[in-house]
Amino acid sequence: MVGIKSCSVYIPFSRLNRSEITKSWGKSLLKGEKAVANYDEDSITMAVNAGIYCKIDMDDESIDGLYFASTTFPYREKQSAAIIAAALDLRRDIFTADFSGSLRGSTCAMRAAVDAINSNSAKNILVCIADMRLGAPQGSSEIDFGDGAASLLIGDTGVFAAIEGSHCIFNEFIDTWRTQSNVFVLSAEDRFVREKGYINILTEAVSMALKKYHLTPKDFSKVVFYSPNPKSLIHLSRDLGFDPARQLQDSLYDLVGNTGTALGPMMLVATFKQAKVGDRILFASYGDGCDVYIFRITEEMERIRERIDVQAQLQSKQEISYQKYLRWRNIIPVEPPTRPPLEKPSPVALWRDSKRGLALFGSKCKICETPQYPAQRVCIQCYTKDQFEDYCFADKKGRLITFSHDNLAATIDPPATIATVDFDEGGRILCEMTDRDPEKIEVGMPIKMTFRIVRYSGGIYDYWWKCRPLNS
Amino acid sequence: MGSIKDKVAIIGMGCTKFGENWDKSTSDMIIEAAYEAFEDAGVEPKDIQAAWLGTYMSGLSGQTLAKPLKLKYIPITRVENMCATGSDALRNAAYAVAAGIYNIVLVLGVEKLKDSGYSGLPDSELIQGLCFSENTYRSRTYTPPGHFAMMATAYFAKYGLSPDEGKRVLALIEVKNHYNGSLHPKAHFQKVITLEEVMKAPIIAWPLGLFDCCGVSDGAAAAIITRADLARNFRIDPIYIKAMQIAVGPQEGYISTHYKWTHVEETRRAAKAAYIEGEIKYPRIEISLAEVHDCFSITELITYEDLQFSTEGQAKEDVEAGFFNLEGELPVNTDGGLKCFGHPIGASGLRMLYEVYKQLQEKAGPRQIKNPKLGLTHNLGGTPGSATASVIIVGL
Repeated sequence: MVGIKSCSVYIPFSRLNRSEITKSWGKSLLKGEKAVANYDEDSITMAVNAGIYCKIDMDDESIDGLYFASTTFPYREKQSAAIIAAALDLRRDIFTADFSGSLRGSTCAMRAAVDAINSNSAKNILVCIADMRLGAPQGSSEIDFGDGAASLLIGDTGVFAAIEGSHCIFNEFIDTWRTQSNVFVLSAEDRFVREKGYINILTEAVSMALKKYHLTPKDFSKVVFYSPNPKSLIHLSRDLGFDPARQLQDSLYDLVGNTGTALGPMMLVATFKQAKVGDRILFASYGDGCDVYIFRITEEMERIRERIDVQAQLQSKQEISYQKYLRWRNIIPVEPPTRPPLEKPSPVALWRDSKRGLALFGSKCKICETPQYPAQRVCIQCYTKDQFEDYCFADKKGRLITFSHDNLAATIDPPATIATVDFDEGGRILCEMTDRDPEKIEVGMPIKMTFRIVRYSGGIYDYWWKCRPLNS
Repeated sequence: MGSIKDKVAIIGMGCTKFGENWDKSTSDMIIEAAYEAFEDAGVEPKDIQAAWLGTYMSGLSGQTLAKPLKLKYIPITRVENMCATGSDALRNAAYAVAAGIYNIVLVLGVEKLKDSGYSGLPDSELIQGLCFSENTYRSRTYTPPGHFAMMATAYFAKYGLSPDEGKRVLALIEVKNHYNGSLHPKAHFQKVITLEEVMKAPIIAWPLGLFDCCGVSDGAAAAIITRADLARNFRIDPIYIKAMQIAVGPQEGYISTHYKWTHVEETRRAAKAAYIEGEIKYPRIEISLAEVHDCFSITELITYEDLQFSTEGQAKEDVEAGFFNLEGELPVNTDGGLKCFGHPIGASGLRMLYEVYKQLQEKAGPRQIKNPKLGLTHNLGGTPGSATASVIIVGL
């Protein structure tokens, strides 16, 4: 049976407490905090950092497709899914596709994956979802929105959440939207959007799904619905006959915020973490329609449960100020430092180095077995020429050998922490450290690698890797 | 391998004031340094048979030297080896003289950094990328202070120094250099500072503060060299080159886990080779003074060990005892070093030589040390783990 065989979330390290925003602009009904992606992150980097977990128990050779859903793609013309697939070092002959333009994009991608597997054109498809939507300052969207990502590996073997059924409807409706020229998401009137949009459509689609499969609310252990705010979610669930206290999955609003097309999948992964074998779970997305899925948890759940680290990521965080958020998102222009302008990256050099840069592959000498980054044609240790194999550093752990917090480096968020990392299994890298508290950095601390934007210049996003503390 | 010892002599030197020379162009500084050297050697521009120009980013080709000085149609080579450029220019020139090809050769180093409008070095990221790697992934905003500060972090950790203890040792070095620099009229900074001022200064790249980092300066320095057997035709006190070594690393420290960031391998190897070439067995005793590459205070501290002036891990004790002070046993950076005299990249190696030259000739005025016999210049380009180091020894 087709379903989900691996999954993960990626929650950015920083949190902005909503009270920090209301200090500037006034009251809000919503409390708690929202997750804010760092200045060196975008939807692609978050997707890679989520997707890399699903690769762990898969041989990359066996992933047949990479689908990426978002409403906030870095490029308007240049496929994000191809960049993600390159960073995850997937096979060349796979189908990559971007699913854009809708908050329902995540389930559109899921549906396409399920259909591909059901029609035997693929065995395993990795679906990545990420969003980084912006609400204009002083508005309610700014309060609501958060940044985040999830990944779901869809297949028909080793499945822990089998798809028992699904139903979909489309809906032409103006509720939240953006055109090419909008930086901030636009919204129509609240009550109209809620009553005639969200509540109406979810009610229709979910009711039809239950009827189709002869199921009632009592048949479900947990219910995961996208929602534009927590109150509507409770209202909707009650109307449909569910018990919010027992059956509703936490909306993550107070902890992470509305992460757009990634919200539903992130909530779903959090649900799976707690789910018991045999549980039936109802999932519905929303945006230009509604896709409903009915999952049944299998014994494979025990294999995967420990590896889902939603709680750890929720607890691993640092607080930032509203001013920092405005700077990171480039909402306010700031005085540039008196440093030379960034060079435009060379497409030729980037292409030549694609696997080494995007997927962080170095070399391992076949003669003396020394791992090296960057890849060396002549071994640094034994001088052997051209006798090496590709060696991936992206998923390796290491220790911090030395570092400095550089206040002179031109970065949006000084200081830039320069780090020398020695990997536990050999090899070394000099890179920047991100998502850390400078006060807490110590020689010897364990680190892991994370995919980030290292510069944006000449219209090109130059992606590479940084390190971050393993246990924040 | 052969030895350069006592084959080449320096018969004239010149040096401009180093600093933010807003009113001077590259050509202006070339003329000033060269003409002071011509006068010191008692030669004229038309006597120069060949020239070597050292500059990192202030002019391409030998033409940069030919044009202002009107050197007509002679061989001129432009040399670049990052911050060791000035010393490497001398090295190349000296081999040509030692080979008997030319008798009177001009070596000049120049850098004009302050036209950039930036604070810090005005390297474009692309130059950084080409310096440290060929692919664009490493082309980024790391600064020299950040790289060298990693040596401080590692050194403090290795020897169990708290940040405060470590910074204190580094501060003593800067107090020394500032005192020395205040005695040189051509130095960029001529201000005496206190230990407190250094400790309290704003952090540039942790743990290095403002006074732990050399500034960015304009300047030029020049030397006229000839064969040792011809030297006394020009002056009674020529200075002879005893050793000239350079060690260029393959960026091993960035790739191999063997490098621990508590020394500079390139300096160690250049020094070892120089002591063999110059027949020096006990550098700590035999070297009368040294000009070392104090781009950062930590560099100077570690250089004491890499040059075998202090044993490994013992530099701290020597600093605290004043061993390297002007009145100490082995004065280092008697003209204030890179920190106070300034660091116009292509000129620094020759400015170091200029101070050693004047000291050996007993012309260092208030900075004069007693009975100098052998002087050493240490000139370091690149970063720890990926460097180019020059060690030159000259004497009477």
